[in-house]
Amino acid sequence: MDISDVPQEGNSTLGHHRKALYAKDASGRMVLVPSRGSEVDETVTLQAIQRLNAQADEARRRCVAGQTAPLEVWMWTQRMDLPLLSQVTGIWQWRIRRHFRPRVFARLKPALLERYAQALGLRAEQLQQIP
Amino acid sequence: MNPTAATFQHRHAAHCESGVASNLFSHYGAPISEAMAFGLSSALSFAYLPFVKLTGFPLIAYRMPPKFILKGLRKPLDTRLHFETFRSEEQGQRRLDALLEQGHVVGLQTSVFWLPYFPKDMRFHFNAHNLLVYGRDGDDYLVSDPVAEEPQRCAVADMQRARFAKGVLAPKGLLYYPEKPGRQVVSAADVRKAIVKTTRIVLGPVPVVGVRGMRMLAKKISRLQNDEYGLNYIGHIVRMQEEIGTGGAGFRFLYASFLQEAAALCALPELDVMAERLNAIGDDWRSFALQAVRMIKGRDAVDFAALSASLQELAVKEGDFFRALRKAVQ
Repeated sequence: MDISDVPQEGNSTLGHHRKALYAKDASGRMVLVPSRGSEVDETVTLQAIQRLNAQADEARRRCVAGQTAPLEVWMWTQRMDLPLLSQVTGIWQWRIRRHFRPRVFARLKPALLERYAQALGLRAEQLQQIP
Repeated sequence: MNPTAATFQHRHAAHCESGVASNLFSHYGAPISEAMAFGLSSALSFAYLPFVKLTGFPLIAYRMPPKFILKGLRKPLDTRLHFETFRSEEQGQRRLDALLEQGHVVGLQTSVFWLPYFPKDMRFHFNAHNLLVYGRDGDDYLVSDPVAEEPQRCAVADMQRARFAKGVLAPKGLLYYPEKPGRQVVSAADVRKAIVKTTRIVLGPVPVVGVRGMRMLAKKISRLQNDEYGLNYIGHIVRMQEEIGTGGAGFRFLYASFLQEAAALCALPELDVMAERLNAIGDDWRSFALQAVRMIKGRDAVDFAALSASLQELAVKEGDFFRALRKAVQ
Protein backbone atom coordinates (compact mmCIF):
# COMPACT_ATOMS: atom_id res chain seq x y z
CA MET A 1 0.00 0.00 0.00
CA ASP A 2 1.28 3.45 -0.91
CA ILE A 3 0.72 6.42 1.40
CA SER A 4 -1.74 7.84 -1.11
CA ASP A 5 -3.81 4.65 -0.83
CA VAL A 6 -4.22 4.86 2.96
CA PRO A 7 -7.97 5.22 3.43
CA GLN A 8 -9.02 8.63 4.70
CA GLU A 9 -12.66 8.64 3.66
CA GLY A 10 -13.67 8.39 7.30
CA ASN A 11 -15.27 5.76 9.47
CA SER A 12 -17.99 7.00 11.79
CA THR A 13 -17.41 4.13 14.22
CA LEU A 14 -13.90 5.39 15.00
CA GLY A 15 -15.26 8.63 16.47
CA HIS A 16 -12.46 11.18 16.32
CA HIS A 17 -9.80 8.49 16.63
CA ARG A 18 -7.41 7.61 13.86
CA LYS A 19 -5.81 4.23 13.50
CA ALA A 20 -2.24 3.56 12.49
CA LEU A 21 -1.40 1.79 9.25
CA TYR A 22 1.93 1.09 7.63
CA ALA A 23 2.31 2.24 4.04
CA LYS A 24 5.08 2.90 1.54
CA ASP A 25 6.39 6.45 1.24
CA ALA A 26 7.98 8.05 -1.82
CA SER A 27 11.39 6.55 -1.05
CA GLY A 28 9.94 3.04 -0.69
CA ARG A 29 10.17 2.84 3.12
CA MET A 30 7.22 1.48 5.10
CA VAL A 31 6.16 4.21 7.51
CA LEU A 32 3.35 4.70 9.99
CA VAL A 33 0.42 6.71 8.66
CA PRO A 34 -2.66 7.64 10.71
CA SER A 35 -5.84 6.65 8.86
CA ARG A 36 -9.36 8.01 9.26
CA GLY A 37 -10.62 4.59 8.26
CA SER A 38 -12.64 3.40 5.32
CA GLU A 39 -16.12 2.38 4.35
CA VAL A 40 -15.00 -1.25 4.41
CA ASP A 41 -14.21 -1.17 8.15
CA GLU A 42 -17.26 0.92 8.89
CA THR A 43 -19.63 -1.46 7.11
CA VAL A 44 -18.57 -4.54 9.03
CA THR A 45 -18.52 -2.81 12.42
CA LEU A 46 -21.98 -1.36 11.84
CA GLN A 47 -23.15 -4.78 10.68
CA ALA A 48 -22.02 -6.31 13.97
CA ILE A 49 -23.65 -3.53 15.98
CA GLN A 50 -26.88 -3.76 14.02
CA ARG A 51 -27.01 -7.48 14.60
CA LEU A 52 -26.87 -6.92 18.36
CA ASN A 53 -29.29 -3.98 18.17
CA ALA A 54 -31.79 -6.04 16.19
CA GLN A 55 -31.65 -8.73 18.84
CA ALA A 56 -32.13 -6.09 21.57
CA ASP A 57 -35.16 -4.66 19.73
CA GLU A 58 -36.65 -8.07 19.30
CA ALA A 59 -36.16 -8.84 22.99
CA ARG A 60 -37.66 -5.45 23.93
CA ARG A 61 -40.75 -6.23 21.88
CA ARG A 62 -41.16 -9.57 23.63
CA CYS A 63 -40.50 -7.93 26.98
CA VAL A 64 -43.28 -5.39 26.42
CA ALA A 65 -45.53 -8.28 25.44
CA GLY A 66 -44.68 -9.99 28.73
CA GLN A 67 -42.80 -12.88 27.17
CA THR A 68 -39.35 -12.16 28.55
CA ALA A 69 -37.72 -10.23 31.39
CA PRO A 70 -35.82 -6.92 31.08
CA LEU A 71 -32.70 -8.93 31.90
CA GLU A 72 -32.59 -10.32 28.37
CA VAL A 73 -32.96 -6.85 26.84
CA TRP A 74 -30.12 -5.58 29.00
CA MET A 75 -27.96 -8.50 27.97
CA TRP A 76 -28.21 -7.50 24.31
CA THR A 77 -27.87 -3.75 24.90
CA GLN A 78 -24.65 -4.44 26.83
CA ARG A 79 -23.45 -6.32 23.73
CA MET A 80 -23.46 -9.75 25.30
CA ASP A 81 -25.10 -13.00 24.33
CA LEU A 82 -26.17 -15.97 26.41
CA PRO A 83 -22.83 -17.86 26.45
CA LEU A 84 -20.97 -14.68 27.38
CA LEU A 85 -23.42 -13.66 30.12
CA SER A 86 -23.11 -17.17 31.48
CA GLN A 87 -19.31 -16.99 31.53
CA VAL A 88 -19.28 -13.55 33.12
CA THR A 89 -21.78 -14.35 35.86
CA GLY A 90 -20.82 -17.98 36.38
CA ILE A 91 -24.50 -18.95 36.12
CA TRP A 92 -25.45 -21.85 33.87
CA GLN A 93 -27.11 -20.96 30.58
CA TRP A 94 -30.26 -22.97 31.27
CA ARG A 95 -30.61 -21.16 34.57
CA ILE A 96 -30.25 -17.77 32.92
CA ARG A 97 -32.80 -18.81 30.31
CA ARG A 98 -35.14 -19.66 33.14
CA HIS A 99 -34.50 -16.26 34.72
CA PHE A 100 -35.60 -14.68 31.45
CA ARG A 101 -39.15 -15.87 32.25
CA PRO A 102 -40.94 -12.82 33.68
CA ARG A 103 -42.55 -14.69 36.57
CA VAL A 104 -39.27 -16.24 37.64
CA PHE A 105 -37.45 -12.96 37.18
CA ALA A 106 -39.94 -11.14 39.42
CA ARG A 107 -39.03 -13.45 42.30
CA LEU A 108 -35.24 -13.38 41.90
CA LYS A 109 -33.28 -12.99 45.14
CA PRO A 110 -31.49 -9.65 45.56
CA ALA A 111 -28.12 -11.42 45.62
CA LEU A 112 -28.70 -12.90 42.16
CA LEU A 113 -29.97 -9.59 40.81
CA GLU A 114 -26.83 -7.96 42.16
CA ARG A 115 -24.70 -10.56 40.37
CA TYR A 116 -26.39 -9.83 37.06
CA ALA A 117 -26.17 -6.09 37.65
CA GLN A 118 -22.45 -6.37 38.40
CA ALA A 119 -21.79 -8.38 35.27
CA LEU A 120 -23.70 -5.95 33.07
CA GLY A 121 -22.21 -2.85 34.71
CA LEU A 122 -25.56 -1.64 36.05
CA ARG A 123 -27.27 -0.88 39.34
CA ALA A 124 -29.68 -3.57 40.53
CA GLU A 125 -32.71 -1.24 40.24
CA GLN A 126 -31.96 -0.61 36.59
CA LEU A 127 -32.47 -4.29 35.85
CA GLN A 128 -36.18 -3.94 36.63
CA GLN A 129 -36.74 -1.39 33.87
CA ILE A 130 -36.77 -2.02 30.16
CA PRO A 131 -33.82 -0.17 28.62
CA MET B 1 3.09 13.29 40.06
CA ASN B 2 5.10 10.21 39.32
CA PRO B 3 8.63 10.71 37.94
CA THR B 4 8.14 8.25 35.07
CA ALA B 5 5.23 10.18 33.64
CA ALA B 6 7.67 12.90 32.56
CA THR B 7 10.13 10.68 30.69
CA PHE B 8 7.72 8.21 29.14
CA GLN B 9 7.23 8.51 25.37
CA HIS B 10 3.89 7.52 23.90
CA ARG B 11 3.90 6.36 20.28
CA HIS B 12 0.96 5.49 18.09
CA ALA B 13 0.98 1.89 16.78
CA ALA B 14 -0.89 -0.38 14.42
CA HIS B 15 -1.40 -3.16 16.93
CA CYS B 16 -1.86 -3.06 20.67
CA GLU B 17 0.61 -5.73 21.78
CA SER B 18 3.49 -4.87 19.46
CA GLY B 19 2.89 -1.19 20.28
CA VAL B 20 2.95 -1.89 23.99
CA ALA B 21 6.09 -4.01 23.64
CA SER B 22 7.85 -1.34 21.61
CA ASN B 23 6.90 1.51 23.97
CA LEU B 24 7.63 -0.54 27.08
CA PHE B 25 11.07 -1.84 26.10
CA SER B 26 12.05 1.51 24.61
CA HIS B 27 11.24 3.09 27.95
CA TYR B 28 13.33 0.49 29.79
CA GLY B 29 16.39 1.12 27.64
CA ALA B 30 16.11 -1.07 24.52
CA PRO B 31 14.73 1.18 21.79
CA ILE B 32 12.95 -1.03 19.26
CA SER B 33 10.31 -0.08 16.74
CA GLU B 34 6.85 -1.58 16.66
CA ALA B 35 7.69 -3.47 13.47
CA MET B 36 10.84 -4.91 15.07
CA ALA B 37 8.87 -6.02 18.14
CA PHE B 38 6.31 -7.68 15.88
CA GLY B 39 8.82 -9.40 13.62
CA LEU B 40 11.39 -10.35 16.22
CA SER B 41 8.75 -12.22 18.22
CA SER B 42 7.51 -14.05 15.07
CA ALA B 43 3.99 -12.77 15.68
CA LEU B 44 2.71 -12.89 12.10
CA SER B 45 0.44 -15.82 11.38
CA PHE B 46 -3.04 -16.89 10.45
CA ALA B 47 -5.35 -18.99 12.56
CA TYR B 48 -8.92 -20.08 12.02
CA LEU B 49 -10.34 -21.42 15.27
CA PRO B 50 -13.88 -22.68 14.70
CA PHE B 51 -14.11 -24.00 18.26
CA VAL B 52 -13.57 -20.58 19.90
CA LYS B 53 -16.76 -18.58 19.43
CA LEU B 54 -17.11 -14.81 19.65
CA THR B 55 -20.83 -13.92 19.68
CA GLY B 56 -21.52 -17.04 17.68
CA PHE B 57 -18.72 -16.71 15.12
CA PRO B 58 -15.31 -18.39 15.00
CA LEU B 59 -12.12 -16.66 16.05
CA ILE B 60 -9.99 -15.76 13.04
CA ALA B 61 -6.64 -14.26 13.94
CA TYR B 62 -3.88 -13.01 11.69
CA ARG B 63 -1.23 -13.28 14.37
CA MET B 64 -0.11 -15.49 17.23
CA PRO B 65 -2.06 -15.58 20.53
CA PRO B 66 -1.92 -12.82 23.19
CA LYS B 67 1.33 -12.43 25.18
CA PHE B 68 3.25 -14.13 22.36
CA ILE B 69 5.00 -10.89 21.36
CA LEU B 70 5.99 -9.94 24.90
CA LYS B 71 7.24 -13.42 25.67
CA GLY B 72 9.04 -13.71 22.34
CA LEU B 73 11.10 -10.61 23.07
CA ARG B 74 12.55 -11.81 26.35
CA LYS B 75 15.33 -13.85 24.80
CA PRO B 76 16.56 -11.53 22.02
CA LEU B 77 16.59 -8.59 24.47
CA ASP B 78 18.00 -10.71 27.29
CA THR B 79 15.45 -9.60 29.84
CA ARG B 80 12.76 -10.97 32.08
CA LEU B 81 9.14 -9.97 32.31
CA HIS B 82 7.12 -10.19 35.48
CA PHE B 83 3.55 -11.29 34.81
CA GLU B 84 1.12 -11.09 37.70
CA THR B 85 -2.55 -11.99 37.89
CA PHE B 86 -4.80 -11.50 40.88
CA ARG B 87 -7.59 -13.32 42.59
CA SER B 88 -8.89 -10.21 44.31
CA GLU B 89 -9.63 -6.96 42.52
CA GLU B 90 -8.46 -4.81 45.43
CA GLN B 91 -5.14 -6.60 45.52
CA GLY B 92 -4.76 -6.03 41.79
CA GLN B 93 -5.31 -2.33 42.18
CA ARG B 94 -3.01 -2.01 45.20
CA ARG B 95 -0.22 -3.78 43.33
CA LEU B 96 -0.62 -1.54 40.28
CA ASP B 97 -0.59 1.59 42.42
CA ALA B 98 2.49 0.37 44.30
CA LEU B 99 4.38 -0.33 41.07
CA LEU B 100 3.49 3.10 39.70
CA GLU B 101 4.65 4.60 42.98
CA GLN B 102 8.02 2.88 42.51
CA GLY B 103 8.31 4.50 39.11
CA HIS B 104 7.45 1.55 36.89
CA VAL B 105 5.60 1.77 33.62
CA VAL B 106 3.16 -1.14 33.76
CA GLY B 107 1.45 -3.12 31.01
CA LEU B 108 -2.13 -4.32 31.48
CA GLN B 109 -4.46 -6.71 29.72
CA THR B 110 -7.96 -5.24 29.52
CA SER B 111 -11.39 -5.58 27.98
CA VAL B 112 -12.13 -2.78 25.51
CA PHE B 113 -15.81 -2.76 26.45
CA TRP B 114 -15.12 -1.00 29.75
CA LEU B 115 -12.60 1.58 28.52
CA PRO B 116 -14.49 4.87 28.33
CA TYR B 117 -12.08 6.64 25.98
CA PHE B 118 -12.75 4.08 23.25
CA PRO B 119 -15.26 5.12 20.60
CA LYS B 120 -18.66 3.73 21.58
CA ASP B 121 -19.10 1.68 18.42
CA MET B 122 -15.76 -0.03 18.96
CA ARG B 123 -16.54 -1.20 22.46
CA PHE B 124 -17.11 -4.93 22.23
CA HIS B 125 -16.38 -7.61 24.77
CA PHE B 126 -12.86 -8.31 23.61
CA ASN B 127 -10.64 -9.20 26.52
CA ALA B 128 -7.11 -9.21 25.14
CA HIS B 129 -6.40 -5.53 24.65
CA ASN B 130 -2.99 -4.37 25.87
CA LEU B 131 -2.14 -0.93 27.12
CA LEU B 132 0.41 0.78 29.36
CA VAL B 133 -0.17 2.80 32.50
CA TYR B 134 2.60 5.28 33.24
CA GLY B 135 1.22 7.16 36.20
CA ARG B 136 -1.68 8.07 38.38
CA ASP B 137 -3.13 11.52 38.80
CA GLY B 138 -5.78 11.59 41.55
CA ASP B 139 -8.60 9.33 40.46
CA ASP B 140 -7.28 8.89 36.93
CA TYR B 141 -4.67 6.57 35.50
CA LEU B 142 -2.44 8.04 32.82
CA VAL B 143 -2.77 5.59 29.98
CA SER B 144 -0.65 5.03 26.93
CA ASP B 145 -2.92 3.04 24.64
CA PRO B 146 -0.87 2.32 21.54
CA VAL B 147 -3.87 2.28 19.22
CA ALA B 148 -4.75 5.84 20.27
CA GLU B 149 -2.80 8.74 18.82
CA GLU B 150 -2.47 10.63 22.11
CA PRO B 151 -2.05 9.47 25.72
CA GLN B 152 -5.39 8.98 27.46
CA ARG B 153 -6.81 9.18 30.95
CA CYS B 154 -8.98 6.54 32.51
CA ALA B 155 -10.82 6.64 35.84
CA VAL B 156 -9.56 4.09 38.36
CA ALA B 157 -12.98 2.43 38.70
CA ASP B 158 -13.32 1.96 34.93
CA MET B 159 -9.84 0.51 34.69
CA GLN B 160 -10.71 -1.96 37.44
CA ARG B 161 -13.70 -3.18 35.43
CA ALA B 162 -11.60 -3.48 32.28
CA ARG B 163 -8.89 -5.43 34.08
CA PHE B 164 -11.22 -7.84 35.80
CA ALA B 165 -13.65 -8.48 32.95
CA LYS B 166 -14.63 -12.13 32.63
CA GLY B 167 -15.27 -14.44 29.69
CA VAL B 168 -13.04 -15.73 26.89
CA LEU B 169 -9.38 -14.76 27.52
CA ALA B 170 -10.30 -13.17 30.85
CA PRO B 171 -7.36 -10.94 31.91
CA LYS B 172 -7.68 -11.66 35.66
CA GLY B 173 -6.08 -8.31 36.33
CA LEU B 174 -2.93 -9.28 34.44
CA LEU B 175 -0.14 -6.73 34.75
CA TYR B 176 3.45 -6.94 33.57
CA TYR B 177 6.70 -5.01 33.65
CA PRO B 178 10.19 -5.89 32.44
CA GLU B 179 13.58 -5.88 34.06
CA LYS B 180 16.21 -3.74 32.46
CA PRO B 181 17.07 -5.39 29.13
CA GLY B 182 20.57 -6.86 29.04
CA ARG B 183 20.89 -6.02 25.36
CA GLN B 184 20.04 -2.66 23.84
CA VAL B 185 20.44 -3.62 20.20
CA VAL B 186 18.96 -6.46 18.24
CA SER B 187 21.36 -8.93 16.68
CA ALA B 188 21.19 -10.09 13.06
CA ALA B 189 21.25 -13.73 14.13
CA ASP B 190 18.13 -13.28 16.25
CA VAL B 191 16.34 -11.57 13.38
CA ARG B 192 17.12 -14.44 11.03
CA LYS B 193 15.99 -16.94 13.62
CA ALA B 194 12.71 -15.06 14.10
CA ILE B 195 12.04 -15.02 10.36
CA VAL B 196 12.67 -18.75 10.05
CA LYS B 197 10.34 -19.36 12.96
CA THR B 198 7.56 -17.37 11.27
CA THR B 199 7.92 -19.36 8.06
CA ARG B 200 7.82 -22.56 10.08
CA ILE B 201 4.56 -21.53 11.76
CA VAL B 202 2.84 -20.32 8.59
CA LEU B 203 3.92 -23.30 6.52
CA GLY B 204 3.50 -25.73 9.38
CA PRO B 205 1.43 -28.88 9.64
CA VAL B 206 -1.35 -27.66 11.97
CA PRO B 207 -4.56 -27.70 9.91
CA VAL B 208 -6.09 -24.54 11.39
CA VAL B 209 -2.91 -22.44 11.33
CA GLY B 210 -1.12 -20.60 8.54
CA VAL B 211 -1.67 -21.45 4.91
CA ARG B 212 -3.64 -24.57 5.79
CA GLY B 213 -5.92 -22.49 8.02
CA MET B 214 -6.63 -20.13 5.12
CA ARG B 215 -7.57 -23.08 2.92
CA MET B 216 -9.84 -24.45 5.62
CA LEU B 217 -11.60 -21.10 6.00
CA ALA B 218 -11.93 -20.82 2.21
CA LYS B 219 -13.69 -24.18 2.17
CA LYS B 220 -15.99 -23.03 4.94
CA ILE B 221 -16.88 -19.89 2.93
CA SER B 222 -17.73 -21.92 -0.15
CA ARG B 223 -20.24 -23.91 1.92
CA LEU B 224 -22.08 -20.84 3.28
CA GLN B 225 -25.72 -20.26 2.34
CA ASN B 226 -26.81 -16.95 0.91
CA ASP B 227 -28.73 -15.74 3.96
CA GLU B 228 -28.43 -13.42 6.92
CA TYR B 229 -25.98 -15.75 8.65
CA GLY B 230 -23.78 -16.11 5.58
CA LEU B 231 -23.51 -12.35 5.13
CA ASN B 232 -22.83 -11.85 8.83
CA TYR B 233 -20.19 -14.55 8.62
CA ILE B 234 -18.18 -12.87 5.89
CA GLY B 235 -18.69 -9.54 7.63
CA HIS B 236 -17.22 -11.11 10.72
CA ILE B 237 -14.17 -12.33 8.78
CA VAL B 238 -13.53 -8.81 7.52
CA ARG B 239 -14.10 -7.36 10.97
CA MET B 240 -11.56 -9.72 12.48
CA GLN B 241 -9.25 -8.73 9.66
CA GLU B 242 -9.53 -4.96 9.65
CA GLU B 243 -11.15 -3.73 12.81
CA ILE B 244 -10.23 -5.71 15.89
CA GLY B 245 -6.74 -6.29 17.28
CA THR B 246 -6.57 -9.54 15.38
CA GLY B 247 -4.99 -7.92 12.36
CA GLY B 248 -5.10 -8.86 8.70
CA ALA B 249 -3.82 -6.78 5.84
CA GLY B 250 -2.42 -4.32 8.38
CA PHE B 251 -0.16 -7.00 9.85
CA ARG B 252 1.23 -7.82 6.41
CA PHE B 253 2.23 -4.17 6.01
CA LEU B 254 3.66 -4.12 9.52
CA TYR B 255 5.72 -7.22 8.77
CA ALA B 256 6.89 -5.68 5.50
CA SER B 257 8.22 -2.78 7.54
CA PHE B 258 10.04 -5.27 9.76
CA LEU B 259 11.57 -6.99 6.71
CA GLN B 260 12.98 -3.64 5.58
CA GLU B 261 14.58 -3.13 8.97
CA ALA B 262 15.86 -6.69 8.85
CA ALA B 263 17.34 -6.15 5.38
CA ALA B 264 19.50 -3.34 6.70
CA LEU B 265 20.39 -5.13 9.93
CA CYS B 266 21.37 -8.44 8.34
CA ALA B 267 22.81 -6.84 5.17
CA LEU B 268 20.42 -8.96 3.08
CA PRO B 269 19.06 -6.75 0.25
CA GLU B 270 16.88 -9.67 -0.81
CA LEU B 271 14.65 -8.95 2.17
CA ASP B 272 13.81 -5.55 0.66
CA VAL B 273 12.43 -7.40 -2.34
CA MET B 274 10.47 -9.70 -0.05
CA ALA B 275 9.04 -6.67 1.78
CA GLU B 276 7.81 -5.33 -1.54
CA ARG B 277 6.17 -8.67 -2.30
CA LEU B 278 4.47 -8.82 1.08
CA ASN B 279 3.23 -5.29 0.57
CA ALA B 280 1.44 -6.53 -2.57
CA ILE B 281 -0.03 -9.47 -0.64
CA GLY B 282 -1.35 -7.00 1.96
CA ASP B 283 -3.08 -5.14 -0.86
CA ASP B 284 -4.66 -8.43 -1.94
CA TRP B 285 -6.03 -8.91 1.57
CA ARG B 286 -7.57 -5.48 1.31
CA SER B 287 -9.16 -6.37 -2.04
CA PHE B 288 -10.54 -9.50 -0.42
CA ALA B 289 -12.15 -7.36 2.31
CA LEU B 290 -13.54 -4.98 -0.29
CA GLN B 291 -14.96 -7.85 -2.31
CA ALA B 292 -16.77 -9.16 0.77
CA VAL B 293 -18.09 -5.75 1.76
CA ARG B 294 -19.45 -5.07 -1.72
CA MET B 295 -21.50 -8.24 -1.38
CA ILE B 296 -22.71 -7.25 2.09
CA LYS B 297 -23.74 -3.83 0.80
CA GLY B 298 -25.57 -5.40 -2.13
CA ARG B 299 -23.42 -3.68 -4.76
CA ASP B 300 -22.22 -7.00 -6.09
CA ALA B 301 -24.18 -10.22 -6.29
CA VAL B 302 -23.43 -12.50 -3.36
CA ASP B 303 -20.99 -15.09 -4.64
CA PHE B 304 -19.37 -17.13 -1.89
CA ALA B 305 -17.59 -19.31 -4.43
CA ALA B 306 -15.74 -16.28 -5.81
CA LEU B 307 -14.84 -15.10 -2.31
CA SER B 308 -13.60 -18.55 -1.43
CA ALA B 309 -11.50 -18.60 -4.60
CA SER B 310 -9.92 -15.26 -3.65
CA LEU B 311 -8.92 -16.66 -0.30
CA GLN B 312 -7.54 -19.83 -1.91
CA GLU B 313 -5.47 -17.62 -4.17
CA LEU B 314 -4.18 -15.70 -1.14
CA ALA B 315 -3.22 -18.99 0.49
CA VAL B 316 -1.19 -19.93 -2.57
CA LYS B 317 0.52 -16.53 -2.67
CA GLU B 318 1.37 -16.58 1.03
CA GLY B 319 2.64 -20.14 0.72
CA ASP B 320 4.98 -19.14 -2.12
CA PHE B 321 6.02 -16.01 -0.30
CA PHE B 322 7.01 -17.72 2.93
CA ARG B 323 8.89 -20.47 1.11
CA ALA B 324 10.88 -17.80 -0.72
CA LEU B 325 11.41 -15.94 2.54
CA ARG B 326 12.83 -19.06 4.16
CA LYS B 327 15.29 -19.45 1.29
CA ALA B 328 16.29 -15.79 1.55
CA VAL B 329 17.47 -16.05 5.15
CA GLN B 330 18.97 -19.52 5.10
